[in-house]
Amino acid sequence: MSASVVVVGGGPSGIRAVEQLVSAGLRPVWIEESADGGGRITQRPPAGFKRDARALYGADAGRARRLHGTLDALKSRCDWRPDTLVWNIRPRERVLHLLQGGGQQSELRYDALILCTGAMDRVVPMPGWTLPGVTTLGGAQVALKSQGVAIGAKPVLMGTGPLLWLTALQYAKAGAMPALVLDTTDTLTKLRHLGGLLGNLPTMLRGIGLNLGLRLRGVPMVEDATPIAIEGDGAVRSLRWRDGAWREHVTPCDAVAMGWGLKPEAQLADLAGVPFDFDATQHNWIVRRDAAGRAPVAGVYLAGDGAGIGGVEVAELSGTRAALALLADHALPVDAVMVRALDMKLAAEAQFRQALEQSFPYPAKLARRMPDATLLCRCEAITAGELRAAAAAEAPEINRAKAFSRVGMGRCQGRVCGPPAAEVLAAALGVEVQAVGRLRGQPPVKPIPVQQVPA
Amino acid sequence: MLTRLLDQDRVAIVLQVDGVGIEAKQGDTLLTAMLAAGLGYVRTSEFGDGGRAGFCWMGACQECWVVVTEQGLRRACSTLAEAGMEVVRR
Repeated sequence: MSASVVVVGGGPSGIRAVEQLVSAGLRPVWIEESADGGGRITQRPPAGFKRDARALYGADAGRARRLHGTLDALKSRCDWRPDTLVWNIRPRERVLHLLQGGGQQSELRYDALILCTGAMDRVVPMPGWTLPGVTTLGGAQVALKSQGVAIGAKPVLMGTGPLLWLTALQYAKAGAMPALVLDTTDTLTKLRHLGGLLGNLPTMLRGIGLNLGLRLRGVPMVEDATPIAIEGDGAVRSLRWRDGAWREHVTPCDAVAMGWGLKPEAQLADLAGVPFDFDATQHNWIVRRDAAGRAPVAGVYLAGDGAGIGGVEVAELSGTRAALALLADHALPVDAVMVRALDMKLAAEAQFRQALEQSFPYPAKLARRMPDATLLCRCEAITAGELRAAAAAEAPEINRAKAFSRVGMGRCQGRVCGPPAAEVLAAALGVEVQAVGRLRGQPPVKPIPVQQVPA
Repeated sequence: MLTRLLDQDRVAIVLQVDGVGIEAKQGDTLLTAMLAAGLGYVRTSEFGDGGRAGFCWMGACQECWVVVTEQGLRRACSTLAEAGMEVVRR
């Protein structure tokens, strides 16, 4: 096969995809935006850090070691390009625009493309969320894991889901005792979907273990709570919140991390021409693909969290699966038994994911009733009130509202504010969130030096 | 405030931020170096709503852009601090 195969992303799904391609005798181009691969959940610290895998990744230590071993072994067997950003795709000509090391531009033709672009935290803007000291949960975790720092000595961690508990326990163990772990989901919602969670017993037990670990360490935890505002002047001083009985509390703290599940980083899939569908379970727009990861755009494959949130286990499986689909499509031999086993595991994981998302739902209501004065779009400093005014000025969908209000037009391209902005707009229009659509991706997907834009 | 907790036994380096020397450690990102040195923020919002100090720590939110002399704009969360580096906050 002389076709040019490109894999974008060096996280768990990218590693497993490249592994399959290389063992089939291909030499793909493998592009990673960071200096090293490994993804986020199994991110490696820079050189000079000494903690071992057990200390860094806990229960994921074995997985991390295996992934890193495969990653390092593959680098010399493909065209490995770290520090390289894919900032645009011209799908008709099948060309990627690359920016290497923050300076050098080039173009790269592909016949087949596997996008393994990962995910980021999904958040809900609230008063004070732009203050220094406020991060995403993923950010708080990266800080501890890859830099050995805590976002604060007494942080509040808020949101819902396994990442909330995991990050909180990691902080407590590291010596940054959380002032509070605020969970927006009530106990009953979690218990109601326990049956579905039995589909992946080890992961479910790990989740319960995290929760028990926090209780045993005496970490203050509240459920069914509602954040009102992060308070402080130039730095975080406290979090104001309501408990389930609607009583108001103020918790002193020096940092806040927030996250309500993850959202796919699917901007490149968008530019590649892949359509999106609203997924009721994930409460988000997800790329269209078949169970093997084939997009309805010839030559494009999708895997990992960028193709719909599934977690690290699914990322590895779907990376392998997408590569096998690519090989089969190019009439190369694939192991049918392996394919069947992967498909069965992925189907079972999809059931588990559905129960997980239902157990820890995105608090759409919280976004919908965001106070008018809240900075909704932090890049452009646009308030929720300004977006509501755009809605009143007859913006029936989110891209029109963006043109009216500039929400989502800043440096992050709506990665951060997109989902909550859609909730605010939908509420203002009195429609379901899927009726307002999703922010369309635009090149460059991340800022590039202006002199680098070709004339 | 950002607190150094684990794995901090690394070589000390000095870099310049807005013309003032700060001490950091080899392997720190610029974001870690600046916040752990107590600078409080890494850029100022161009809309007058105060300082910003990153948000996602993974190159997605674009909230931590700083100017590095001879390199131009860099994301502080994904750029390693180097001895003698000159950083300007915007």
